[in-house]
Amino acid sequence: MKNEWPIWEVFIRSKNGLEHRHVGSLHAADNKMALENARDVYTRRNEGVSIWVVESKHITASNPEKSGEMFEPAKDKVYRHPTFYNLPDELKHM
Amino acid sequence: MKDSIEKPEAEFQRKIDEGHHIEPKDWMPEKYRKTHIRQISQHAHSEIVGMLPEGNWITRAPTLRRKVALLAKVQDEAGHGLYLYSAAETLGITRDELVDQLHAGKAKYSSIFNYPTLTWADIGAIGWLVDGAAIINQVMLTRTSYGPYARAMVRICKEESFHQRQGYEIMLTLCRGTEVQKQMAQDALNRWWWPSLMMFGPTDAESTHTELSMKWKIKRKSNDELRQQFVDNTVPQADILGITIPDKDLKWNEKRGHYDFGEIDWEEFWNVVKGNGRCNKERLDTRRAAHENGAWVREAAARYAEKQSNKVLSEAN
Repeated sequence: MKNEWPIWEVFIRSKNGLEHRHVGSLHAADNKMALENARDVYTRRNEGVSIWVVESKHITASNPEKSGEMFEPAKDKVYRHPTFYNLPDELKHM
Repeated sequence: MKDSIEKPEAEFQRKIDEGHHIEPKDWMPEKYRKTHIRQISQHAHSEIVGMLPEGNWITRAPTLRRKVALLAKVQDEAGHGLYLYSAAETLGITRDELVDQLHAGKAKYSSIFNYPTLTWADIGAIGWLVDGAAIINQVMLTRTSYGPYARAMVRICKEESFHQRQGYEIMLTLCRGTEVQKQMAQDALNRWWWPSLMMFGPTDAESTHTELSMKWKIKRKSNDELRQQFVDNTVPQADILGITIPDKDLKWNEKRGHYDFGEIDWEEFWNVVKGNGRCNKERLDTRRAAHENGAWVREAAARYAEKQSNKVLSEAN
């Protein structure tokens, strides 16, 4: 009988005002255990004020082999950047 | 020991006073929650409705360069609306409720978008003035006390830095062009100047929300302070263009270190807020039609997802 606990991804907010960031993963039998394990594994030195855990199977990830067609469309759109526009040097506050 | 016996309201205010952010699961006064739902959703609606006056010119942009830039700007505004709706949803309201409030005419959006875009120069004036005014407000909001709102603002400000520059570049090109083109730029400035000043809202003396907004650090500067900053930034920019701001009372005040400017027509402001601007009806009708005409897409996607998950279930059995 297979009894391996599922993998959970752990996200920590280091302080209010900042977003939760992915810090790593762990195994746990359920969400409560995942939260407690995350506290013990990832916040022993006050690294966080808030933890999110999500079972890894619920994360849909992009495929690195398809990164080309996934992200290429943004590459040739220089006009999305402020430096694309020619403005005089004396112009302030822009 | 004070923390254990502190009332939640006092602890909340202490956190704010000490410069900490409030996050979705933290305790907050009901009024703080409601105020944020109102303000963030109004901001989101403004991004979405704000696409309409500019969308009007995408097909008629004078060059391909102008067209791709305008498309990118309008696309950003859609994205900014989505960031903001998501931030509002962290406060316990659904997207459907928010959208319904807009379509029912119960929620407000920035009145500036109820003015028509009559010529190509208006696209320049909007980028320069309307985005310029919005940026002043939004830079302040990157330091607002509610975490999800502040983070959305950081992202938006970063992305928006090109919007004002593309507008100013349009104005500059027109002002360095023929006499008729320069006239177009002047005419656009004449029509957009006062509505842009109105974007900062009523004067501090008249504003009903300012005091609480400052106490809770939703805002960190008053409407009048922000408006003054906008005027001070913009006057020298108009000088570079060589066009004239339509205000005979506008002049540098050496003593104050700021520009003095004339009285805003508040009657016009309230009239547009109340729904009687030139385009209020058209904007809402367009939004509603877009929503209704898109219903079949949302339904089809939901049915497809349902079908796929049934398939997975039956394969598993």
